[in-house]
Amino acid sequence: MDVEQQDKILGVLGEKYGDQVLHAGMVYDFFTVTLKKDKIVEIIRELYHHPAMQFQYLTTLCGIHYPELEQIAIMYQLHNLHTNVRVRLKIYLPVASPTVPTLTPVFASANWMERETYDFYGVIFEGHPNLKRILNVDEMIIFPMRKEYPLEDQVRQDKNDSMFGR
Amino acid sequence: MEVKETTDQFYQEEEKQYSYLNLGPTHPATHGIFQNVLKMDGEVIIDATPTIGYIHRAFEKLAERRPFYQITPITDRLNYCSAPINNIGWHMTVEKLLKVEIPKRVQYLRVIIMELARITDHLICNAVIGVDTGALTGFVYMFQQRELVYEIYEEICGARLTSNVGRIGGFERDFSAKAWEKIDRFLKEFPVVLKEFESLLKRNRIFIDRTVGVGGITAEKALNYSFSGPNLRAAGVDYDVRVALPYSSYQDFDFIIPIGKNGDVYDRFMVRQEEMWQSLKIIRQAIDKLPEGPFHADVPDFYLPPKEEVYNNMEALIYHFKIVMGETDVPKGEVYHAVEGGNGELGFYLISDGGRTPFRLHFRRPCFIFYQAYPEMIKGSMLSDAILTMSSMNVIAGELDS
Amino acid sequence: METGSRKVQIAEKPAGIEGAGFFATSLEKVVGLARKNSIWPLPFATSCCGIEFMATMGAHYDLARFGSERLSFSPRQADLLMVMGTIAKKMGPVLRQVYEQMAEPRWVLSVGACASSGGIFDTYSVLQGIDRIIPVDVYVPGCPPRPEQIIDGIIKIQHLVESESLRRRDSDEYKTMLNTYGIE
Repeated sequence: MDVEQQDKILGVLGEKYGDQVLHAGMVYDFFTVTLKKDKIVEIIRELYHHPAMQFQYLTTLCGIHYPELEQIAIMYQLHNLHTNVRVRLKIYLPVASPTVPTLTPVFASANWMERETYDFYGVIFEGHPNLKRILNVDEMIIFPMRKEYPLEDQVRQDKNDSMFGR
Repeated sequence: MEVKETTDQFYQEEEKQYSYLNLGPTHPATHGIFQNVLKMDGEVIIDATPTIGYIHRAFEKLAERRPFYQITPITDRLNYCSAPINNIGWHMTVEKLLKVEIPKRVQYLRVIIMELARITDHLICNAVIGVDTGALTGFVYMFQQRELVYEIYEEICGARLTSNVGRIGGFERDFSAKAWEKIDRFLKEFPVVLKEFESLLKRNRIFIDRTVGVGGITAEKALNYSFSGPNLRAAGVDYDVRVALPYSSYQDFDFIIPIGKNGDVYDRFMVRQEEMWQSLKIIRQAIDKLPEGPFHADVPDFYLPPKEEVYNNMEALIYHFKIVMGETDVPKGEVYHAVEGGNGELGFYLISDGGRTPFRLHFRRPCFIFYQAYPEMIKGSMLSDAILTMSSMNVIAGELDS
Repeated sequence: METGSRKVQIAEKPAGIEGAGFFATSLEKVVGLARKNSIWPLPFATSCCGIEFMATMGAHYDLARFGSERLSFSPRQADLLMVMGTIAKKMGPVLRQVYEQMAEPRWVLSVGACASSGGIFDTYSVLQGIDRIIPVDVYVPGCPPRPEQIIDGIIKIQHLVESESLRRRDSDEYKTMLNTYGIE
């Protein structure tokens, strides 16, 4: 993405939400903007409706756990299908209480993607219509994708861990 | 007091009308395991509650434990009907991270394999749409053609279904003469059978009655639900990752993107049919224009050296050891790469922290994203239409739960 | 093996006493012969092995010639439960319920590495082998197994069916074996 396009996006964000932008730059071939978490839904709504931006397609939404920073990041990827421009937004939430407003009023596809992030990381999306576990068993109490939990099932008897270097 | 009684009575009256049907996890073989509890008023569906996760195998957590080559077999099992597309997409993601230049011949060979895989994926989907309307013959014909493609995969990478094809940087070996022979045989035999299959259903009165106007979705709703692939194109939006964000030399080929009008089952069937014809066109162009050159890029840190060198050359032996044990270091970075899978935009989001395994690998799975719209697509239709809608969306359980 | 002509082999008749208009043999042998050539499978296909099963049912590797022409999706009418694909812990109770609904005599064929032992998925959400919850008769390894291997598994099931005693399902040994799985 050329510098002109990047400046245009930062200009639109700077109009009302200049203080929310923490960092912006090209990461490999993707323009990534790191934001504060408070007004993320309004920012995405602005990017959706603004005539120069029109990011009306949500490609994906996922969570990332950074154990050293003690934060869980949420990554949103938006795409403008007409001008073929993509942008990535990242917000960081504290691990102790990861809460953020839900994106479902803007994009209907965020529904299950947020449920998956809740299932894996325990991020609470305020206002979500149906925030339950989606892929794991309903009775599970831990959030398995966090780095402190092991991959293997600890109660299995037939696999010999010492032979597999675990 | 009074308000409570009337609401109680109203609740009882309302509940009397509807019945709940469990379209349980075990379907008759073809579709995969996910559950829908349908709230029905007689034969008409009022609401649906899907439950997924019956085949959750924790790919994303598993990927954090494995070096890059060991992740390729996992990507196989995402959309297992067109496994080579997943493998090549993953290798391209790692190549993007490593900033590797891929030779032209490799790109054209990759295009040939990906288009063959796309044909096989659409074959199954269309055959299953036929089966669900009662036309069982097409299924048997189409699976016979899949056997031809399995033989091609076996010549190239050794496996039939979960192919684990290629390496980071290219292929393990160049396509042998036998493989070209089999591809030529496929290109001669398949169009005849495809035409026959199409003529069974395309203007068939029963098929048209069952599929036109069933399970439709408008383009605006489809975009809001982040549809991609044939389902989105059937609704009228011409978004194809091969054209919008070309990878692996797709810009060199001349092909059209078929789109539909209403987004109903018939449009999805016809879009997939036409895409199969376009894929055949692309394969022929790739074979005609295939350049000479190496079949892999020069990336010694990741490409296993040939065995003669491993046994004779010290350097190659060290590289071989490091690659197999997964001890090569990777640059730090965050990269996203998308390919056009059989169902839509299949994306790989890789964060690497320099270690031997990824820090985070997230799969953008198209089936997971568009299956959310299923309850809305079947509201107000009848039960048999709901079955048909589900099979026409080509939901693969491996891609739905990761 | 005869050179030259290839005879079509119909099922061999068991050892017995033959005469004009009658043939006497033990009931077990006749019932075994009839059962082994008419097994009705219940394909419990969950993932990739299910696609290889569909290829086995196709025209190239025809499973129907072994008597399994009619696939039964209702457990009550099936003889053989073919579990093909990964069984996650969420799916375990469903599999158990389907097994319990089958009527005796019933056999279980576990197709693929995931169903036999968890396969490549040694994770918290995958059941490490269906023999944790139901008794299995034949395991077919592979990821996914070739159709020839699946047919080999079916032939081994046929051997088991042919040689099974008629009283086995009522015996104490069988009942204690079921009790170890918690099935009455």
